[in-house]
Amino acid sequence: MSEFLSPRTLAEALKLRSAHPDFTVLSGGTDLMVRATERDYPVGTIDVFSLKEMRGVCESDAALSIGASTPYADLLRSDVVLTMLPNLHAAIREIGAVQIQERGTIGGNIGTSSPVGDTLPCLLALDAEVELRSQNNTRRVAYSDFCTGYRKTQLGADELITAIHIPRPAKGTRLFWRKIGTRRAQAISKVMGAASFRIEEGVVSHARIALGAVADRPRRVEAAEQRIQGEKPSERLATEVAAIVRSDVKPIDDVRSTASYRLDVAVNIVRRFVLELV
Amino acid sequence: MDFGGFGQFMSVQVPEFVADGVRWAAMTNSTIRDLDKAVPRVDGADKVTGKALYVDDLKVDGALYGRTVRSHVPHAKLKRISLDPDFDWSDVVVVTADDITGKNVVLLIEEDQPALVPEGGIIRHVDEPVALVAASDPRRAQAAMEHVRLEVEELPAVFTIEESVAKKVLLRGDDNVYKRFEILRGDDVEQALASADYVIEGTYRTGAQEQMYIEPQGMIAEWTDAGAVRLVGSLQCPYYVHKAMRELLQLDEDKVIVTQAVTGGGFGGKEEYPSMLAAHVALLAKKAKRPVRMVYDRVEDVRATTKRHPAPTRHRIGVNKDGTIVAVDVDVLIDGGAYLTLSPVVLSRGVLHSVGPYNVPHVRVVGRAMATNLPPHGAFRGFGAPQTTFAYERQIEKAAQRVGMSSLEFRRKNMLREGDVTCTGQTLKYSVGSAQVLDAVEQQIGQAPPKGSAAPPQFASVKRGKGLAFYYHGAGFTGSGEDRLKGRASVAVNAGGKFEVRSTSTDIGQGTFTIFAQLASAALDVDIKDVEMIQPSTEKAPDSGPTVASRTTMVVGSVVQKAGAQLKQRLLAFAEESGVQSGDVAELAKRYAEKHGELEETVTYHSPPGVKWDDATYRGDAYPCYGWAACYVEVAVDDDTHEVTVERCIHAVDVGHAIHPVLVKGQIEGGTLQALGWALWESVVYRNGRVANPTMTDCIIPTSIEAPEMETLVVEVPYPHGPHGAKGVGEIPMDGPAAAVANAVADALGQPFDEVPLLPEVICRQVSATAAE
Repeated sequence: MSEFLSPRTLAEALKLRSAHPDFTVLSGGTDLMVRATERDYPVGTIDVFSLKEMRGVCESDAALSIGASTPYADLLRSDVVLTMLPNLHAAIREIGAVQIQERGTIGGNIGTSSPVGDTLPCLLALDAEVELRSQNNTRRVAYSDFCTGYRKTQLGADELITAIHIPRPAKGTRLFWRKIGTRRAQAISKVMGAASFRIEEGVVSHARIALGAVADRPRRVEAAEQRIQGEKPSERLATEVAAIVRSDVKPIDDVRSTASYRLDVAVNIVRRFVLELV
Repeated sequence: MDFGGFGQFMSVQVPEFVADGVRWAAMTNSTIRDLDKAVPRVDGADKVTGKALYVDDLKVDGALYGRTVRSHVPHAKLKRISLDPDFDWSDVVVVTADDITGKNVVLLIEEDQPALVPEGGIIRHVDEPVALVAASDPRRAQAAMEHVRLEVEELPAVFTIEESVAKKVLLRGDDNVYKRFEILRGDDVEQALASADYVIEGTYRTGAQEQMYIEPQGMIAEWTDAGAVRLVGSLQCPYYVHKAMRELLQLDEDKVIVTQAVTGGGFGGKEEYPSMLAAHVALLAKKAKRPVRMVYDRVEDVRATTKRHPAPTRHRIGVNKDGTIVAVDVDVLIDGGAYLTLSPVVLSRGVLHSVGPYNVPHVRVVGRAMATNLPPHGAFRGFGAPQTTFAYERQIEKAAQRVGMSSLEFRRKNMLREGDVTCTGQTLKYSVGSAQVLDAVEQQIGQAPPKGSAAPPQFASVKRGKGLAFYYHGAGFTGSGEDRLKGRASVAVNAGGKFEVRSTSTDIGQGTFTIFAQLASAALDVDIKDVEMIQPSTEKAPDSGPTVASRTTMVVGSVVQKAGAQLKQRLLAFAEESGVQSGDVAELAKRYAEKHGELEETVTYHSPPGVKWDDATYRGDAYPCYGWAACYVEVAVDDDTHEVTVERCIHAVDVGHAIHPVLVKGQIEGGTLQALGWALWESVVYRNGRVANPTMTDCIIPTSIEAPEMETLVVEVPYPHGPHGAKGVGEIPMDGPAAAVANAVADALGQPFDEVPLLPEVICRQVSATAAE
């Protein structure tokens, strides 16, 4: 049997983390428990789900900070998440069912960084930063740099993900989200798209376009972002941006969908996001 | 599609017996007590309070946990089975084919499927049972299973019907054909087609479908000191298991006792496979000399047990400019998988339904069930009919368009009515609800749709379409099946003076027990609370036949009704003989039991007079009667994602008579959603002959969010030989919605869609291909 550690404070958790760098950090367990049914057990587990210091939402002028162990259900009940980050709220609402939403956490989603993680494209589109702590150090890393490959992250062996900081979207920002799952609810994503566009005087002054389930990790489409930056939204621009997505994205076939479908849909939803600005 | 013709039919009167849930109250004025009412389910309270015990809940002292070692290769010679010498086998029971002292077959129609592949034998699919292990701890059993080694010599395998037809590898006989059927009617079909103004041809593909009952398969075996084996399991057909075990274990009739545990769904999936599980636990328990329990987890269940037969159907139809159908030529193929199992019977039903409920003077249907190296396909609600219904209702829609008639008009012009003759030469004498179901659907389309139906996402750009399908489903066993079967059931006064219905028709969630209690109490003229249901067991009840083929209420229900009536007469006679002054039948039963003990009346089913069928020529009365149905759907297809939302679904089904209106609606609505699932979402993915998506996460079924707000219309055109006019309802709702959906998607996108499931990937591929042309 593997060891299961339940620290009561963040300090204790950081100490245990440092002492057991090979243990898996559990924050909700909606992914780890599924893997356990496939008999993929961790060497040991450190459970940070119940740590009060890692729960809750904090709003400032500049940003919204979310404790890494805040369950999705709490975020769904948060008015500030709904009004400030409606695309993230919509993404979370589509995750699993009520039971999963009560256990699943945003920190867990980031820690796993599966290519089909449902909050991750939004975090990319929103320029979210991940707060990482060890016993001696606290640092912040942009989520776009944090995830480095298929279920791989920059998380140090002695670090915990403690919070997520999302800059307050500037005035005139439009946020988008679309998930295409195997069905409408309780489904694993086949394609996800998130976007953030700031419009100033009719021109796009800031653009973020992110996709999920089309690569080994959630990713931005920088070339498309650059093409739209400084432009006035138009049908033609939407078509051009879509063409960039088509040449830039290389999804794969698996049991849930096909590469050609994923590509087609990724192209179409990005096009739709831009069309919505027209 | 063109629904422009609706206006001209508006004068049609919708018959009185058309009713939705709201209007039921007004029409249930039956004077017979507890009939036609939504009485509480007799098994309801136990199920919602958790008192009902499923196989995995049953406590059995000292029971071991069994596991199955499977082949992992799709086609191979099994050279050797060996046990890892480094593993501790001291507390593990291992069974191989060598332990079978009887006959190594799972008997169903043929004796081709072994319970365990023997050394030197041929492995025919990737999840074929090869050896069994049991231990007192499930983890030990799992570990032991992983330490059984198989030495195999792989053989080339066949995974598709096309490869099987092309004889890429010979798996059976000299043509890979398990069974072939042919139906001929009228003159030479090629000449007839040549004479038609238009000939429309298409090939329609339908995929495998997993039953996805909530409770996976499970079975417990225990041997008695008297050398009998007791089996308790999650199953539909106790006497199928009984028959198979007598053959496998070479035991006398009374030495095999099969009892159904409370069962969490079947849909056909627990018709045949439970015999395999029974074989395995019986063999393990015999060797272990202890009871053995085996309950599959979801992955094993989805991989190893039967699914709906994948089927490509080639269909040609000749029509004249005036809209009359001249001829139909159908080539039905179904993928039987690695063993024959029930494929001939599934094929038979598919073939018999492939022309549809239409007057067609010249017909040729050829059907073949093919061998492949996939796990055997088997029974699933609809049993071959959904596959061929999908084909002909796509064809009918295309024909209507070709001659420029509306969907309704073309169907009305050609549909079978009372007195018409089917493709097998059967004259329809009674209970033909064809016009009524179409009228009911037409009238409902004119009503405002209900609120709360599924809708596409807010900012999606969609194209909308409408689709109709019209179909029938033969109720009960095909042809002379019921006469061969001679289903029996008893109603009794037990020793305690209570009434008991004794049958082996199982309740798998569809409501058998409640319907039988209603029928028996009405026949006896007693309160439904005075009637008890026994849990079906070969020890306690006669063979009522399997719980399949939409036959339980119509066939076994009529037997229960007769047995109840006879028992009442016996009790009234007893009252007269013994001078008891009471007309209260329940009271008489108590008095009888006090004086004489038990009293049982058993009745055997006989086909209605005049029903004739010739198995050799496939001519005659294919079914004693038919259910009739029409389904209309409206869909929205997302331009960006190609996802289909069913925004409206109207389903009118002629059930003869609804003995329990809520259960009938439940059957229709559940079947409709299962059919929509098959049409749009449910896809079984095979890789090298093995199911690659064996979880509920990936092998998905629809949720309530996908379900449209159903507009269910129960139509009643009574069947004179059914209990109170009732006929089959279990399967028919599964047959037609897929065609209605494909017709609607074709209407929305302006191009044909001829396969299901219509996954967004399929639509995307076809739309892109069409755009590229």
